[in-house]
Amino acid sequence: MKILVPIKRVIDANVRVHVKSDGSGVETANIKMAMNPFCEIAVEEAIRIKEAGHASEIIVITIGTSQCQDILRSGLAMGADRAILIETEAELQPLAIAKLLKAIVERQSPQLVILGKQAIDDDNNQTGQMLSALLGWAQGTFASKVVFNDGNVEVTREIDGGLETVSLQLPAIVTTDLRLNEPRYIKLPNIMKAKKKPLDILCPDDLGIDVNSRLKVLSIEQPAKRAAGIKLADVQELMDKLKNEAKVI
Amino acid sequence: MSQTINRRDLDFLIYEMLAVDELCEREYFSEHGRDVFEPLLDTAEDIALDHFLACAEAGDKHMAEVVDGKVKMIPEAKIALDNMFEAGFVAASLDNEYGGLQLPVTVANACMSIFQSANIGLCGLPLLTIGVANLINTYGNNEQKALYIPSLLSGNFYGTMCLSEPHAGSSLTDIRTKAELEEDGTYRITGNKMWITGGEHELSENIIHLVMAKIPGGPPGVKGISLFIVPRYQVNADGSVGEHNDVSLAGLNHKMGQRITPNCVLNFGDNNKCIGYLVGEPHCGLEYMFLMMNEARIAIGLSAVSAGYAGYLYSLDYARERTQGRLPDNKNPSNKMTPIIQHADVKRMLLAQKSYVEGGLALCLFASSLLDEEKTHPDESARLEARLLLDVLIPVVKAWPSEWCLEANKHAIQILGGYGYTQDYPVERLYRDNRLNMIHEGTNGIHGIDLLGRKVVMKNGAGFELFMGEIQKSIDAAAKHAALSEFVTSLQQAKQTVIDTTKVLTTAAAKGDVTVFLANSSIYLDMFSHLVLAWIWLKQAIAVQVGLPDAHDQDKHFYTGKMQACQYYFRWELPKIEAQAKLLSSLDTTCLDMPEQAFAG
Repeated sequence: MKILVPIKRVIDANVRVHVKSDGSGVETANIKMAMNPFCEIAVEEAIRIKEAGHASEIIVITIGTSQCQDILRSGLAMGADRAILIETEAELQPLAIAKLLKAIVERQSPQLVILGKQAIDDDNNQTGQMLSALLGWAQGTFASKVVFNDGNVEVTREIDGGLETVSLQLPAIVTTDLRLNEPRYIKLPNIMKAKKKPLDILCPDDLGIDVNSRLKVLSIEQPAKRAAGIKLADVQELMDKLKNEAKVI
Repeated sequence: MSQTINRRDLDFLIYEMLAVDELCEREYFSEHGRDVFEPLLDTAEDIALDHFLACAEAGDKHMAEVVDGKVKMIPEAKIALDNMFEAGFVAASLDNEYGGLQLPVTVANACMSIFQSANIGLCGLPLLTIGVANLINTYGNNEQKALYIPSLLSGNFYGTMCLSEPHAGSSLTDIRTKAELEEDGTYRITGNKMWITGGEHELSENIIHLVMAKIPGGPPGVKGISLFIVPRYQVNADGSVGEHNDVSLAGLNHKMGQRITPNCVLNFGDNNKCIGYLVGEPHCGLEYMFLMMNEARIAIGLSAVSAGYAGYLYSLDYARERTQGRLPDNKNPSNKMTPIIQHADVKRMLLAQKSYVEGGLALCLFASSLLDEEKTHPDESARLEARLLLDVLIPVVKAWPSEWCLEANKHAIQILGGYGYTQDYPVERLYRDNRLNMIHEGTNGIHGIDLLGRKVVMKNGAGFELFMGEIQKSIDAAAKHAALSEFVTSLQQAKQTVIDTTKVLTTAAAKGDVTVFLANSSIYLDMFSHLVLAWIWLKQAIAVQVGLPDAHDQDKHFYTGKMQACQYYFRWELPKIEAQAKLLSSLDTTCLDMPEQAFAG
């Protein structure tokens, strides 16, 4: 059985993000980039499933510029078997990504697609769900535990009220939450081996998918700085401010 | 803010100053490149933050101790080290024949500096293990290599170096540990060894001690020292661990810093059952050890740099956050207090630290690159030159960071004021951890004698001339950049000062006045080192000038910082050598002439 793991290249979680002065986006020039942390958890889970004998091959895939090869090599160094890059300079929305992934799923026929629940740059939390709908596959989102049995997969989901366990028939989509696992460190011998693992490069046209965006970003700005607190004389004044200034009651 | 060595700085040194990626065109490094270095440095940062930094404070508070006859360390230490071994950082730079990964030493050391800046005490153990594996790889026979190296690189075995004895530290000529030949060709070892880092612990299934001992009947003094592999437990032919080899722990030394790691007094052969295996030929032990010392001494320099660097980063962050007082042109008490980084004197202490730690890091990685050149340069004369230059520089690489990056730790404490003097902040621990580096791997006093008495005069001064030629090359390269003209002039003058002073001293030596020649060698070492560091700063400044035209905004700040630190070094530090040169050239005997009895104390 194959597992497909879509991953995303984002600004490194430790870097302080700056909005571009013209408000068109965030500064990425010369900024350290890395694999999205939720995606690392997805790669790790796929490797554990394979190590447990439930899978025979892991394919990591990403969509973006040629620089994105670095996170694919990281995925290969962690333990994936081969990689695919769909190379494009276009600004991509989750729907276009889900469509591209659907086309890849149809070509590669994985039984399981496991991906991060969201990326830490846009925090969309949409791609897995959209892919599930497009494919008509079962989905288990926000997974904190995945128990794999032949034929189905039990996913424990983190939901508002606590934990929910669902049993999915394969093929299925799983999106990962933070508590699912702790990704392994990449080892030097595996970084060297990863250089020799296959990495195929496609473009959206090869797959016949229109990646034009349906959404337009108007502007991006830094969240307003939190103002300093003030001392109020009594409850009366508080009620007054809540009603008339904050207008919350 | 970085919590370990700044990554932009490491990238600058690796790619812009040293062009290590170009080395990968050579066959030996053909499996490497920037696409390996970058994820590897990332992994080093991850493990250093998650495991090394995380236990630095606990390891200091809970010193290694003996419980029920066994050395007990905090449990986080083993987890941290296991992660480091498993990720390949110990095997990184060794030949692949016995499990190494042939990474350039420059990059392996850059990774090590990240770990050291997180927890220098803990790094002593893997560094010694690398040293032992290197030594066996160079001088051991094939059987010894196959038996020990793979286990050392995987972390199944750790290594130690056993040179000093309770009565003989710097004075190796006087060691007494004895090795008597047995009929089967092995040796029976008896004696006591002192200051053995990692001499006993339960981190690994075995410990391989490299022990210096004398074979009875051999030549007197250092020419009679041989080197032996002495395992804590015997190693069977299949690599498994056998009987205890009569190496016993006599006690632990209770240290000022680096307390996470045990430093041991060991007894060999209390029951006359300790077996050692000769490395190479009899009576060549010191020669073997010293040929391997260059790497160990770079590691010490880097350790001092890393502790200094960690203090710099911490005090920098503190200075940005901490508000105190107001600037001289704005003393109105109704205005807000200013972050202390805006006070001129705090900036002075930060810039001094920056010039020491970044200069030291560049020096240590440059020295590491000479090891790579020595090993892999296609041209034999270039390999020999790299070796010769490293031999001259090594006393500086070991001693200068241990003096001046400790000075950086002093400034870091000062910036935190009273808080810096408490155990609630890490800067006092960094100072204590760093204080060792002036002492071990040859005290700095010994290195002064080594530089002036041996390195400067060896091969009729060939190494000294080579070094001066290298400085001239950098001066010529810098002369092409108008922004560097001030530094070009200063370095040219400083170089001449050192050449002139050296001539006065060697002339005195030639007249037979060896005592006076060597009497002030510590000062000579400091003067010479200041010249080396100014040269290293000029090398960095040249790389900045090359990178500056295409720099992004972020990089412009980085490059400005480099140029300012370079200027600090040239204007504030380099002029010190003129006073030292004057003292040295006068062949001053103030210290030498002081009668013992007159010390009145």
